[in-house]
Amino acid sequence: MKMETDQLIRTLAADSAYRAPSVGFVLALALLAGAPVSVAMFFLGLGFRPDVMTAMDNPFFDLKFAVTLGLAIPAFIVSLHLSRPEASLHGWGWLLAIPVGLLVAGMAGEMMLPQRLPAMTRLVGSNSRVCLTAIPLMSLPLLAAALIGLRHGAPARPAIAGAIAGLLSAGLAATLYASHCPDDSPLFVATWYTLATALVTAIGALAGSKVLRF
Amino acid sequence: MREREDEWTGLMRSAISGDDAAYHRLLRSVTPVLRAAARRGLSRAGQPVDQSEDIVQDILLAVHLKRHTWDADAPFAPWLFAIARNKLIDTLRRRGRRVFVNIDDFSETIPSEPAAEAAPASEVAAQLKSLPTRQREVLQAIAVDAASIKDTAVKLAMSEGAVRVALHRGLTSLTARLREQ
Repeated sequence: MKMETDQLIRTLAADSAYRAPSVGFVLALALLAGAPVSVAMFFLGLGFRPDVMTAMDNPFFDLKFAVTLGLAIPAFIVSLHLSRPEASLHGWGWLLAIPVGLLVAGMAGEMMLPQRLPAMTRLVGSNSRVCLTAIPLMSLPLLAAALIGLRHGAPARPAIAGAIAGLLSAGLAATLYASHCPDDSPLFVATWYTLATALVTAIGALAGSKVLRF
Repeated sequence: MREREDEWTGLMRSAISGDDAAYHRLLRSVTPVLRAAARRGLSRAGQPVDQSEDIVQDILLAVHLKRHTWDADAPFAPWLFAIARNKLIDTLRRRGRRVFVNIDDFSETIPSEPAAEAAPASEVAAQLKSLPTRQREVLQAIAVDAASIKDTAVKLAMSEGAVRVALHRGLTSLTARLREQ
């Protein structure tokens, strides 16, 4: 059996009534399906920190959520943008600087306040190892979901789209982790959250280059 | 050039709002342009130009299955050429190894078989054989026998909805198989 191009065109035209859902819808749906897994991991393995109610009055505790959501939300927007084949990061990359800006502002703010502990102690924190394992582990279900969602798109640069999916999932996982994490110093966040995020981003880029090609 | 691209954008907008004829016309109109681009790409890469039809079919399938990523407020041509470039690069990357193998084949077979062979059946056609029966029958009826959805439904004793589903699934799995080969 042979398939001439004219015949293929006729076949595609016959399928023209099929309407695919938008990439944004599929991505949101996939994340909603993956999120309960990460949330379950959080409650089974970590849980809220005991003083979470009083911690909420601490602006540096709240800043962690601004930073992590300030990463996840722009990464969601940028990954949707990159799911179009003609799109590039040009003009959109600055969105990813939002969490960096928030962190820098936080570090500057902390520096201006009197501190009980020296900077190095605040940076090292009390459980950086948990941070470095929990964020990547909790982000894996979300990363898989994001990649499944983005497969519905047509990214021209699969590795970059995968890296942004990594930022997105790390941002969401870090949002969960932040409510367990006893360290509130922006120095701690800038060091360990960033390292954990970089690891997930690298995994995302690697996986993306494999699964996001269309 | 500019006029043609504006026409494409108009046709694609009509296609999305349900005009099947416009979609058919659009695909027919872009194909010669894609073919020329594929030939140019192949010859630049020092590859045989007669494989351009596989690339054209690959691009058309991707255009069809990814058309929801086109923004109806944007011009159509940059989106189309981005898909085409992606597919061309992908094919050249895949062919890289295969062509190397073919060159070895040639050095052994050319002296004894100088006659040019007819172009082999396209890759799409080759993958068609491996599809599940129902999907293959539907694709065969519509592609080769030029049957309508309705006629195909009658001929295969299926509902029109089932024919549509099998058609779309067939095109999707065809594309997946082409990518994995």
